[in-house]
Amino acid sequence: MKVKDLSDKLGYECLVSESNNEEISEGYCSDLLSDVMGNAPEDSVLITIQAHKNTVAVASLAGIKAILICNNRPAPEGMLSSATDEEISVFRTKDNQFTASWKVHAHLA
Amino acid sequence: MHVIPLNTDNSPSVILEMIFRLKIKNVMTKDVKTAERNSSMRHIQEIMKQERITGVPIVEGSRLMGIVSMEDLLSAMEQGKIEESARHNMTRNVIVLEEDMPLSFAINYMDKYHYGRFPVLNIHKKLVGIITSRDIVNHLLLEMNTEMTRLEELIPKTKAENDGPVKMNFMCHRFDFENAGRASTEIKKALKKRQIDRKIIRRIAVASYELEINQVVHSKGGRMKFDLNSDSVKITAADNGPGIENVEKALTEGFSTANDWIRSLGFGAGMGLPNVMRVSDEFNIESIAGEGTVVSCLIYTHPEKEKGEKE
Repeated sequence: MKVKDLSDKLGYECLVSESNNEEISEGYCSDLLSDVMGNAPEDSVLITIQAHKNTVAVASLAGIKAILICNNRPAPEGMLSSATDEEISVFRTKDNQFTASWKVHAHLA
Repeated sequence: MHVIPLNTDNSPSVILEMIFRLKIKNVMTKDVKTAERNSSMRHIQEIMKQERITGVPIVEGSRLMGIVSMEDLLSAMEQGKIEESARHNMTRNVIVLEEDMPLSFAINYMDKYHYGRFPVLNIHKKLVGIITSRDIVNHLLLEMNTEMTRLEELIPKTKAENDGPVKMNFMCHRFDFENAGRASTEIKKALKKRQIDRKIIRRIAVASYELEINQVVHSKGGRMKFDLNSDSVKITAADNGPGIENVEKALTEGFSTANDWIRSLGFGAGMGLPNVMRVSDEFNIESIAGEGTVVSCLIYTHPEKEKGEKE
């Protein structure tokens, strides 16, 4: 699926659209950044409640293409601006990580 | 004879850009030696000899009426008309160029019409210059020199960046989550430039980020040092304390001394140092309680030189 499908097909709120035309082939769900860093696959969407600048840093270093913030957690401006710099799209939903994960999974090739 | 052997369709793009960027007015000779219709052919011959040129435009004011070329002069001589005026001996149907045309037009014209020179007119049909194959060759060579210098300056730099040893240094401050990850992001960019395999870059990024976060979370601050060599990257993370009480425990997955606040940010899962060990080819940690910790790790950047199976 394309990154933009997170809002086009799943209706999630798009906060940063920088990587919207990129392809994602996997997802990873975790709130532990070390776990994300060590185990998340590249070209994936990270499903998490960690909404801050360090999430973007980890995503960028791990080659993650998009971040999906769950439980409608607020995303600080600093996070969104560094996501723009690192060309990582950010989405938000009221779904929790479990629900978001199976919804995203249904759209992954 | 005056054909310029330059393909205006599929030459290298640097050359194509050059001949489209350069305008005829940048290349032409502006100080045109002219004569009038009632000038004698002998007088025109004198001009050619003195100025060492092979064609003289015939003008009325600044309006072009014709041109006398070497060939016109020779045939006038043959027919004994050398004392006659230019009026009946000049070439009338002159092919001209306009000053704002790109240089490629002049090259094509040289090719197409086999003339050695073309008068150049401005938008008001006023004679403003003359362009010869010599002008074109001179300017192209000058332009190529400039362009080659520019390209040469690019080459050695990228080469040094690709292979040469580079050292990078970053400071880390306690609880400075704002800048945490900066060193790792920079190092990742530098490695990308060196065209290192994605998977290896990721291993280096993992090690670097964990060590960086460790300094931010656990130390009083420290320094991250990177040595990029031709076949490996060495990361040295040295902090100013407080040192680790029990190093063996710190290396155990799941063990962490982080407080709740740090855990709420997603750190302190007890995976940092184990992650670093897992992705490194060589790993070393030295810590003195009360003084500080130095962690160093080495990752080979070329798979055939890798020691052991990692990831």
